[in-house]
Amino acid sequence: MANEAVSSGVSQEALDIAKKQSTLRYQIVRNKASYFMIAPYFILFFFFTVLPVLMSIALSFTYFNMLEMPTFVGWRNYIKLFLEDDIFLISLKNTLIFAVVTGPVSYLLCLLFAWIINEFKGKLRAFLTLIFYAPSICGNAYLVWNLILTGDRYGYLNGILLKLDIINEPILWMQTEKYILPVLIVVQLWLSLGTGFLSFIAGLQTVDKSMYEAAALDGVKNRWQELWYVTLPAMKPQLMFGAVMQITQSFAVADISINLAGNPSVNYAGATVVTHLLDYGSTRFDMGYASAIATILFLLMVGTNKLVQKILGRVGE
Amino acid sequence: MIKRRRRFFRRKEKQLNRSMAVNTLLFILMFICGIFMVLPLVMIVNNALKPLDELYQFPPKIFVRNPTLENFTDLFVLMNDSWIPFSRYILNTIIITGLGMVGHVVVASLAAYPLAKHNFPAKNILFSMVVLSMMFSWTVTQIPQYLIISWMGINNNYLALILPAWSFGMGLYLMKQFMEQLPDSLMESARLDGAGEWHIFWKIVMPNVKPAWLTLAIFQFQQMWGNTGSMFLRDEQLKPLQFALQQITAGGVARAGAAAAVTFIIAAVPITFFLICQSNVLETMTTSGMKE
Repeated sequence: MANEAVSSGVSQEALDIAKKQSTLRYQIVRNKASYFMIAPYFILFFFFTVLPVLMSIALSFTYFNMLEMPTFVGWRNYIKLFLEDDIFLISLKNTLIFAVVTGPVSYLLCLLFAWIINEFKGKLRAFLTLIFYAPSICGNAYLVWNLILTGDRYGYLNGILLKLDIINEPILWMQTEKYILPVLIVVQLWLSLGTGFLSFIAGLQTVDKSMYEAAALDGVKNRWQELWYVTLPAMKPQLMFGAVMQITQSFAVADISINLAGNPSVNYAGATVVTHLLDYGSTRFDMGYASAIATILFLLMVGTNKLVQKILGRVGE
Repeated sequence: MIKRRRRFFRRKEKQLNRSMAVNTLLFILMFICGIFMVLPLVMIVNNALKPLDELYQFPPKIFVRNPTLENFTDLFVLMNDSWIPFSRYILNTIIITGLGMVGHVVVASLAAYPLAKHNFPAKNILFSMVVLSMMFSWTVTQIPQYLIISWMGINNNYLALILPAWSFGMGLYLMKQFMEQLPDSLMESARLDGAGEWHIFWKIVMPNVKPAWLTLAIFQFQQMWGNTGSMFLRDEQLKPLQFALQQITAGGVARAGAAAAVTFIIAAVPITFFLICQSNVLETMTTSGMKE
């Protein structure tokens, strides 16, 4: 067990000795170099991420208005969330719809476009990557949609639809309950070629080219088979990474909702868990409640992640 | 026909299993989607070139009719008028973005290597903590983080932005995933030659995962560049360019022209960085055929 990588080049006897010495203490000393290498990161990680997260979870059991000291309230925040807060339930429903629709679709789009772009070469390839990554790199590029979705007849979408005689009067896209969620989903999909997409592009680079030739000899007939049997299994680590990023993004949708539909949106049609959290955290200064929302969201993502990792484990089988 | 395919697609070997019909179909698909995706870029460029009357034209048009560089000259006048010399903001940005990015890539890669390729106690727990941490809403951890930074006494200091950036979870995860793919034999042979772990890390692991850290550099650059630092930095002398530029944008109607130029610059810098990194990702492709 101890350091397989090191000992596999050594004789069997040496390996036995290593096994005898595989106590915890011995292993820690033995792997000194590893600990030195991870130390800088994990020390910072502990202070700037682990501690704040633990403090937030602790705060979720308190009432904390950021002026007075937090007071312990037990499970009250959680009980209120599920039993009294109707808007939370609406926002939870919206978030789940968002996640179920945009999560898988965005993920597949990232993969599809990365894979197609990978077929091009040189400058053209870098250029295409830029074009598809553009919405993610231009900061708040989604504000473009404000122009497209303007509710009067000068909004681009209304203009086009009026010209084509599909509608008779302009539609107030972002003020009409039934349009808000679908439109936000479209905008989110448009924004989806971000982190996952670029990591797939980089991941496709690391697939060994000779594997394609070998696969062709083994009877892989077309590009789809090649994708399933060669490319995807070879980039499994990137697929896992992309999935986690996708989960964190699709469950945490908030900015586009706030900027396009407003917070609160008409009849809370665009409310998501994170907009609800922001409402309590930065508008009502009820940090304890906001932390409880964050904790629930966290559990939701962790559960989804477990499920998705299980599914991805079967790629290429 | 074969000749044409060669021009568009990368290498002859990659022509295995490709049909022209599907190639064409995919190309058309890419083209249509591409138009939608490039829309914000087109608008940013056009807006930056529009004279004031066109910016306020109603209904708005996407394309500029009388392109002018007025907006940029306006912006430079405003920059020269600023309370703190503008070069100071630029210097701050270079420090914050540069250190935040380079430091994160180094620190995260350094931690990712043992997690991917060594076996040691507590390895899995540490790694899952990093992955899980990305799922906790950043909005609520901000306040505890602020308290910790104040407690450390690095408030109103570049470090308040740089140090947390070094420990972002995504970078470690990304690097670890790529390093996992490296064949063990690559490192073993170096070990047999007597190379230490640090040497292996710098000379063997990092060059082989160049696409990964170039990609990470893009993410981190974007993150740091977009940070106004207003949560931690109080002194005007310490604030980054992003802050100064957004102040100009906040100037209202009279500054709409300069604001359009600002939007252009805010987008143009990361795009330039993106293109530099992305074209280097390509180069590695052709040179690092040394994977097993």
